[in-house]
Amino acid sequence: MNIQTILATKGAHVITIRPEQAIREALVLFIRHNIGALVVLDDAGQLIGLLAERDIIRAAPMNEAIFSQPVSAVMTRDIITAVPQDDLMSVANTMTEMRIRHLPVVDQGRLVGIVSIGDVVKAQRDHYHGEVDTLQTQLLAGDI
Amino acid sequence: MGQPGTDTNPLRVAIIGAGPSGFYVAEHLLRQQGLVVEIDMLDRLPTPYGLVRGGVAPDHQKIKAVTATYDKIAAHPRFHFYGYVEFGKDLTLHDLREMYHQIVYTTGAQTDQHLGIPGEDLHGSWPATAFVAWYNGHPDFCDYQFDFSHERVAVVGVGNVAVDVARILCRTPEELATTDIADYALEALRHSRVKEVHMLGRRGPAQAVFTNPELKELGELAGADVSVLPEEVALDDLSRIALEKSQDRATYRKLELLQRYAAHKATTKPRQLIIRFLVSPVELLGNADGQVAAVRLVKNVLYATEAGTLRPSPTDQFETLPVGLVFRSVGYRGVPLPGVPFDERWGVILNQKGRVLHSETLQPRVGEYTAGWIKRGPTGVIGTNKPDALETVRCMVEDLAQGAILHPAEPQATAAEKRIQERQPMYFSYADWRRLNALEVAKGRAGGQPRVKFTRVEAMLTARRNIEKRNH
Repeated sequence: MNIQTILATKGAHVITIRPEQAIREALVLFIRHNIGALVVLDDAGQLIGLLAERDIIRAAPMNEAIFSQPVSAVMTRDIITAVPQDDLMSVANTMTEMRIRHLPVVDQGRLVGIVSIGDVVKAQRDHYHGEVDTLQTQLLAGDI
Repeated sequence: MGQPGTDTNPLRVAIIGAGPSGFYVAEHLLRQQGLVVEIDMLDRLPTPYGLVRGGVAPDHQKIKAVTATYDKIAAHPRFHFYGYVEFGKDLTLHDLREMYHQIVYTTGAQTDQHLGIPGEDLHGSWPATAFVAWYNGHPDFCDYQFDFSHERVAVVGVGNVAVDVARILCRTPEELATTDIADYALEALRHSRVKEVHMLGRRGPAQAVFTNPELKELGELAGADVSVLPEEVALDDLSRIALEKSQDRATYRKLELLQRYAAHKATTKPRQLIIRFLVSPVELLGNADGQVAAVRLVKNVLYATEAGTLRPSPTDQFETLPVGLVFRSVGYRGVPLPGVPFDERWGVILNQKGRVLHSETLQPRVGEYTAGWIKRGPTGVIGTNKPDALETVRCMVEDLAQGAILHPAEPQATAAEKRIQERQPMYFSYADWRRLNALEVAKGRAGGQPRVKFTRVEAMLTARRNIEKRNH
């Protein structure tokens, strides 16, 4: 299974933010869309960073004025991206090992989605549930 | 009248497509406590079960046993099946909106992915899905003609569908005769001259997506030896490091099996099944008659994506494999439904967690849902559709509680039945199907088969007429 399967049921819209927008605006988007990270795009629509809840939490104790600061001051610039054909299991391993919670997905240079660790866990859970259910059906074939 | 979902005002739901996902949606809906739901399931074929009947290989009867669960769901008094009724033709979306509070599309992935290489459309190059539907007796495919006079066949892909295709090509007539393979397919394969089947995987052995039970089964064929090239089953550095990290036992077991096949000495079995890795077809070469004569392959090496997946990258080394028949098995793809937004990127209905979305506003379209392969793409086993259907049903129940449902003018079961009767008087009920099923099973019993399938709609209609005549 590849992560395209996850993107297929997430609609076509990716919530993004611009680097000059304020952290306060980012928080509003987190709450409105019930998400934990925003992809940061520049004027040309190029992916230049990721702003996660944790980035704000990490910066907040040293910075009283954080709410009015621009996203670019806090966002993570050095990010890992995925492609739609990435295997679910490889992505799960990479996210776990590198302690990454969100992975923007890029196809031929274009942002096509974002996958969270919650999405990955759910996809793995459903995958295993499905396998167990199918195996049980086969084992019980004839008894049901 | 208040919110639907009561005895006097049941929630009326139409499910389009009678495959596993459709049944799991029905099951989850009927299990909702305190909610009275009436379900009408439509399918364009007279027979239910979708890919369990038309896709699961005939020599895998235990997998097909899941249909017993579907029969139990169909026995619910508030469940109705309308077979041989096509969405978009016999009943339109407009019709459904006039009769149901909620509509669920579970039409699966009905076509195949293309390889996108020159020569793909030569004679003798087929989508594996067509071969699968043909040997399973799907009415749309029963007149297909495959030429098994060729000795060498290529199956592009190493997923479970590719394994099914390769295995059916390698089975002896005696092995196939005890399955429910379509009778015409058994007859055609009886005269098969196929001697070599080459399965072509673009990545390495550690990345092959076939499952271990399927791989093990290939080593137990009565009439075919399975082999792997030792140099292609040796692990490259990237795969070795990834495996050491993940310690995935299933992959270790898969590699052990493949290494055993690589060391295996050929016996006198009449057929050879050769599993290849790290090769991609770049062109199908034809003869003067436009018939496939060979497949040109490029050797691949693996590279790691940023997210850690090992993907194939072509080298400058090529080889030509002479073959007369090619089955392309690189995945199924969903087909758009009339009037329903489609996401071309992933080949699915545009949706969020199963709620169908407007293509422009990307907001949910009230009362329309999807589940299964047409929702998430063609992945997973049959059981994977259960949690997938549950996610969709949760959305349906949430929306009902919010009052976000359709407001049909004629939400009565009798009105739906009347309209279906008008549009498709020959529709099949579940009782009709059970009678056909009994005939199929009885006919199979005589020859030691699980069943002999009806493969033409006309034959199904005739059989039903004969039953009706007998009963009068």
